[in-house]
Amino acid sequence: MAKETKTLNLNFGPQHPAAHGVLRLILQLDGEIVEKADPHIGLLHRGTEKLIENKTYTQAVPYFDRLDYVAPMNQEHAFALAIEKILKIQVPIRAQYIRVMFCEIGRILSHILNVTTQAMDVGALTPTLWGFEEREILMGFYEKVSGSRLHANYFRAGGVHQDLPKGLDKEIGKFCERFPKIINDLELLLTDNRIFKQRNVDIGVVSKQDALDYSFSGVMLRGSGVPWDLRKSQPYDCYEQFEFKIPVGKNGDCYDRYLCRIEEMKESVNIINQCLANLPVGPIKTDDGKISPPPKKEIKQSMEALIHHFKLYTEGYRVDKDEIYTAVEAPKGEFGVYLISDGSSKPYKCKIRAPGFSHLQAMDYLIKGHMLADVPAVLGSMDIVFGEVDR
Amino acid sequence: MQNIQDLEKILNSELNTKIKSSLIKHNQIYLKIDETDLTEVILFLKTNSKTKFRQLIDITAVDFPENEIRFKLVYLLLSHEFNQRIIIEIDVKEKEIVGSITSIFPAANWMEREVFDMYGIDFKDHPDLRRILTDYGFEGHPLRKDFPLTGHNEVRYSHETKKVIYEPVKLEQNYRNFDYESPWEGTKYIKEQTKE
Repeated sequence: MAKETKTLNLNFGPQHPAAHGVLRLILQLDGEIVEKADPHIGLLHRGTEKLIENKTYTQAVPYFDRLDYVAPMNQEHAFALAIEKILKIQVPIRAQYIRVMFCEIGRILSHILNVTTQAMDVGALTPTLWGFEEREILMGFYEKVSGSRLHANYFRAGGVHQDLPKGLDKEIGKFCERFPKIINDLELLLTDNRIFKQRNVDIGVVSKQDALDYSFSGVMLRGSGVPWDLRKSQPYDCYEQFEFKIPVGKNGDCYDRYLCRIEEMKESVNIINQCLANLPVGPIKTDDGKISPPPKKEIKQSMEALIHHFKLYTEGYRVDKDEIYTAVEAPKGEFGVYLISDGSSKPYKCKIRAPGFSHLQAMDYLIKGHMLADVPAVLGSMDIVFGEVDR
Repeated sequence: MQNIQDLEKILNSELNTKIKSSLIKHNQIYLKIDETDLTEVILFLKTNSKTKFRQLIDITAVDFPENEIRFKLVYLLLSHEFNQRIIIEIDVKEKEIVGSITSIFPAANWMEREVFDMYGIDFKDHPDLRRILTDYGFEGHPLRKDFPLTGHNEVRYSHETKKVIYEPVKLEQNYRNFDYESPWEGTKYIKEQTKE
């Protein structure tokens, strides 16, 4: 006599440590096999796009920090580039170098978090402890350059807010000397670890075609063997001047994505080293007084500077009527800003394209037929941060 | 990388009647098409060997409340092979129903749900058109220009009833929107005077 079976509905989250935030995942289980996953998102929805429509361009920048809050400056970069393209501003070369350097620091910040928490989700605690020590140091660089550890608000249209403080380049250089060894230590713990491999190899496999159809980008796409990186294919700022490799996976499983991230961190260190070696001297923001504020010293002397300062911090600068989509390669994938300006000092519309949104959408496709215990592993390898998914 | 001008020419010759206007700006192609041709054009762009726009980047809408045709739907596509981006725009009236492209790009599922949630635009043949980002039981479409920034309801935990309750928004201070535009060029009454 056949036993009667019934599927079980299980609520995973919204307060589950392996959900990496506030994800409510409704799983339909047949025994331990997942039959269907229905992610409910939006629990961290703050209406960023609506708020940006009601703020000036300068006031909108901090909202970008709060999207993917583990790599804040990468998001600011997309917004700054969009405005610069509309206004046709030339960014001074030193500012470009500083921006690239801090974007790569952001990439390391994000990848350390992801790799180590993914390891934690499948049972290894030590990498998290080791990795977070390094994140502290990197956030220290953020603090030194912008005044805050997380929500930097540092990139501006036309450059960056302020120059590097004295000696910071040497500190970053020291970090870059030491950090490859830390990556090596993490790899010793994980790459050939039997348990880590059992939990990740052949789990959550994405084929090339599906990765394209589901709008995957970043590591999710490269892990499946598509060599696509916006830093190489559509270079922005001064990425053309650097030599770096794009690691590409073979099997498209969780383990390959982990390997890609480890290799990307090494490449990021490489780019930062090149930045430091060739860091040019000069201005750090455009000298157009209608867009970037004058130095404090000048305000005391020059009437024009005073007026510029006043206008920039009340009305803000105006952006000509235009429509543009710009994307950057954020640590998690293609982060884009679709901006419509109407000639005033506030954006008419600012749609944010978050990579995590499309990745999470594929949860049902990725997890179907896997065991319940694979859910955290797949979720971890997707690199989800709810700040950007929910916006 | 295929030349962007060539690509525009190919598009115009292959889809000639379906394209209302095309434009190259910021190294991207902007296409305007009719709502009725949408699925056909997207399918063509995805499958044709000369275009190969095989990745859907995003779908969004823009609200122009003063226009007769209120919304503009925007589809962003990317071609890895030719390293090109295309922006497709269609005009949509309020309460008009648009064809879904989920059968062409599975990724369109959540993107269309988001447009539905934020702007209230309906999609035909969408497998699962629910709200996505807003709260359970939310009313209204937040990104429409006539939706107030502060929203309508606020949430708090009530000690009397021992549960979370919804109440109309009460602001201690009204939301203030300062008009910072220069008085000698920006303010409304001056603009109107100079026009006459």
